[in-house]
Amino acid sequence: MVPISYYLVLSGFLFACGVAGFLIKRNIITIFMSIELMLNGVNLSFVAFAAHWHVIAGEAKGLVPLSGQVFVFFVMVVAAAEAAVGLAIIIAVYRNRETLNVDQLNLLKL
Amino acid sequence: MTSNLNLWLIPVLPLAGAAINGIFGKKSSRTAISTVGLVLSGAAFAWALAVVFRISTAELPYQEYLAHWIRSGSFTVDFAFYLDQLSLIMLLVVTGVGFLIHVYSVGYMWDDPSYCRFFAYLNLFLFFMLTLILANNYLLMFIGWEGVGLASYLLIGFWFTKDSAAAAGKKAFIVNRIGDFGFLIGLFLIIQHFGTLNFTQVFDQVRPLAPETAGAGFLTAIGLLLMVGACGKSAQIPLYVWLPDAMEGPTPVSALIHAATMVTAGVYMVSRSHVIFERAPSALTVVAIIGTLTALFAATIGITQTDIKKVLAYSTVSQLGYMFMACGVGAFSAGVFHLMTHAFFKGLLFLAAGSVIHSVGGEQDMRKMGGLRSYIPWTFMTMGIATLAIAGIPPLAGFWSKDEILWKAYQTNWVYWLIGVVTAFITSFYMFRLLFMTFFGDYHGAHVDEHGHGSHDAGHGHGEPHESPMVMLIPLMILAVLSLVGGLVGYGNRFEHFLEPVFGTGVVSASASETASHFTEYLLMGISVTVAVLGFVFAYILYVSQPHLPQKIADALGGFYKTVLDKYYVDEIYAAVLVKPLIDASTRILWQGVDRNVIDAAVNESATGARSVSNEVRKMQSGNLRSYAGWIAAGAACVIAYMVWMGVAR
Repeated sequence: MVPISYYLVLSGFLFACGVAGFLIKRNIITIFMSIELMLNGVNLSFVAFAAHWHVIAGEAKGLVPLSGQVFVFFVMVVAAAEAAVGLAIIIAVYRNRETLNVDQLNLLKL
Repeated sequence: MTSNLNLWLIPVLPLAGAAINGIFGKKSSRTAISTVGLVLSGAAFAWALAVVFRISTAELPYQEYLAHWIRSGSFTVDFAFYLDQLSLIMLLVVTGVGFLIHVYSVGYMWDDPSYCRFFAYLNLFLFFMLTLILANNYLLMFIGWEGVGLASYLLIGFWFTKDSAAAAGKKAFIVNRIGDFGFLIGLFLIIQHFGTLNFTQVFDQVRPLAPETAGAGFLTAIGLLLMVGACGKSAQIPLYVWLPDAMEGPTPVSALIHAATMVTAGVYMVSRSHVIFERAPSALTVVAIIGTLTALFAATIGITQTDIKKVLAYSTVSQLGYMFMACGVGAFSAGVFHLMTHAFFKGLLFLAAGSVIHSVGGEQDMRKMGGLRSYIPWTFMTMGIATLAIAGIPPLAGFWSKDEILWKAYQTNWVYWLIGVVTAFITSFYMFRLLFMTFFGDYHGAHVDEHGHGSHDAGHGHGEPHESPMVMLIPLMILAVLSLVGGLVGYGNRFEHFLEPVFGTGVVSASASETASHFTEYLLMGISVTVAVLGFVFAYILYVSQPHLPQKIADALGGFYKTVLDKYYVDEIYAAVLVKPLIDASTRILWQGVDRNVIDAAVNESATGARSVSNEVRKMQSGNLRSYAGWIAAGAACVIAYMVWMGVAR
C-alpha cells in the first residue's frame, strides 16, 4: 500500500502550483483554472486521509467512515457550480471590457 | 383627635396658579390672569387662616404625611409637613403679606407686557416658600430653599433685556449657591451623625447631648455650616452683596421676596434648628457676631445711598442682622417676632416706595423727588407709619420687637446691645432722611409736559406726580394698620409665651431675667426710644431745616464719606480678590489648559490618529485582484506558520 505521505506531497504540490498560478498569471481564465487545481489538490488530500483513517478505524472498531469522500463530492459540486457562474461572469466581463487581464480589471478599488 | 388639615393644599394652590398662568397666560386677558393669581394665592391665605381656626394649640406640633419620596435602607425622607407655632406664624406672614403684595402687583405691573409671566413667577415663589416653611425634614426644606432662590433669580432678572437686571439675577443666584453649598454639607453631616433628616428625629437625638462648651464638635460644625446657608439666603456678611443689586427687580418683588419673606428664610432655618444651635455655643456666638456686624455695617451704608430702593435694601440687610443677633443670643422668639413685624413694615416701605416710584414715573433717585407729600398723601401717610415703625417709636410694631432683641442682647453681652442701639439710631436717621428727602421740601423732579410721554420707563407720561390706584393703596393701608398694631401681640411677652412650646423657656431668659431688674429694662427701653427720636431730630435738622448741611458734612468727611458711599468697596474687593482670580484661573487653566489641551486634544488626536492609520491601511485595497490574492495567501501562510509553530512548541 502506498504510504499517505506520497499522496500528501502530491496534494501539496498541486495546491502550491494552484497558488503560484493564481498569483502570477494575469489571464482570468488561467487564474480560474488555478483555482480548480487548488481545489483538486485539497480533494486529493481528503480522499488520502479518508482512506488512511478508514484502515485504522476499520481495524479498531469495524466502522466504515466515509466523510472524507462525501466532502470531496461536495467540493466537486460546488466547484462545478462555481465554474458555471464564474465562466458566465468572465464572459460578461469580456463583453464589457474587451480584456481578460486582471490588472486592468481594477474597478473595485476606492 | 387631630383632624386632617390638608396642609398640602397651602403650597399646592399657588403652584396651580403658577401652572395655569404659565401655560395659558399668554393668550388670556389681564383680568383673567389677575383673577387666577389672586384667587389661588388668596385661597392659600384663606386655607392658612382656616388651619389656624381649626387647630388648637394643644394639637401642635401637627404632622401630615403626604407621600413617599426616598426610602433607602433605614434612611427615609417623605413628602410630609410639620406645623408648630413657629411655622404657623411664618405661614400666616407669608400667605398674608404675599397675598397683599399680589393685590398690589395688579396695579403696579398692569402696563407690563409680561404680566402673566410675573404672576406665574410670583405664585411659583409662594409655592416654594410655603414648602420651605411647612417641610418636616431638612431635605424638603432644602427643595423650598433652592426653589425660592430660583424664583428670586427669575424675578430679579424679570426685565432681562436690561443688562444690569440680568447680571443682578445671576449675582444673586451665584452668591446664594455659596451659601447653599454650606447648607448642603451641613445636611450631609446631619445624615452622617443622626442618620435622618426628619426634624423631630434629629432634634430628639440632639436634645440629650451636652452643650459643646469645651472646644468644637460636630454640632458646632453643623451649626456653622447651616449658618453659612443662612448667610447666603438672608444676606449677611460676607454674602450680603447680592441683596442690594436685587433691587433691579420689580418693586413688588423687592417687597415680597427681598424684604418680607425669602430673606427671612435663613432666620427661620436657624430658629428651626435652635436645638442644635443651643448645644453649640461657639456657633451661636458666630451667629450673634455676624448679625451684629451686619446690622451696623449695612446701616452705615444706608445713610449715604440716594436710590430709594437701595436705602431700603441696606435697611433690610441691617434688620436681618438684628434677627440673627437675636438668634445668636438665644432669643429665637425675639428674632421671629422681629421677622414678623419686619415683614409688615418693610413690606409696606417697599410697596410705598414702589408707589412713589410709580407716581414720579419710574424715578428712583431721591434727590430728584421731594415735596411729594401733597401729591400722594396716602402713600406719604402709610410710608410715614412704616418709617415710625422701623425707627422704633412706640407703640408701633418695630419698637416692640427691636426692644425685645436689644433687651435680650443686653442680658448676654452689653457690646451687642451697644452696637444694636447705635444701629437703631442710624436706622432711625436714614429712614427719616428717606422720608424727608422724598416727601418734604420742593419737588425736584422733571415736570413732563403734555407732549413728552416717552421719557419714563414706567409707562404713561406724567404731568404732576399722581397718587396710585386704589388696588395699590389698599394693601398699603392694611400693612400700615399691621405696622401700627402688629407689635402689640408682643406686649407682656405674649408672643414669647406663644412660641414657648417650640423654643422652650430659652437659655437666656431663664437664667438672667430674674437677676435683671425692671429698672434696667425700662432704662434700656428709654434709651432705645431716645436714640430713635434723636435720629428723627438729626434727620430733620439736616434735611428739612438746614438742607445745605449734609453736603458740608460729606465734604468735611471727605474720603471716609466716599468709602461709605461706594459701599466700602466690598463689591470691588470681591471682584479683585475672588471673582477675577476665579475667572482668570478658569480661563487660563480650566478652559485654555484643561479643556483645550487635554480634553479637546485627546478627542482630536484620537481622530487624526485613526485617520492616519486608516490612510496606511487603505492602501491594501488597491482594486488589483492579484494583490488581494497575495494578501490572502500571505494570511494563509501566517496561519499555517502559526499552526506549525504551535505544533512544534507542543
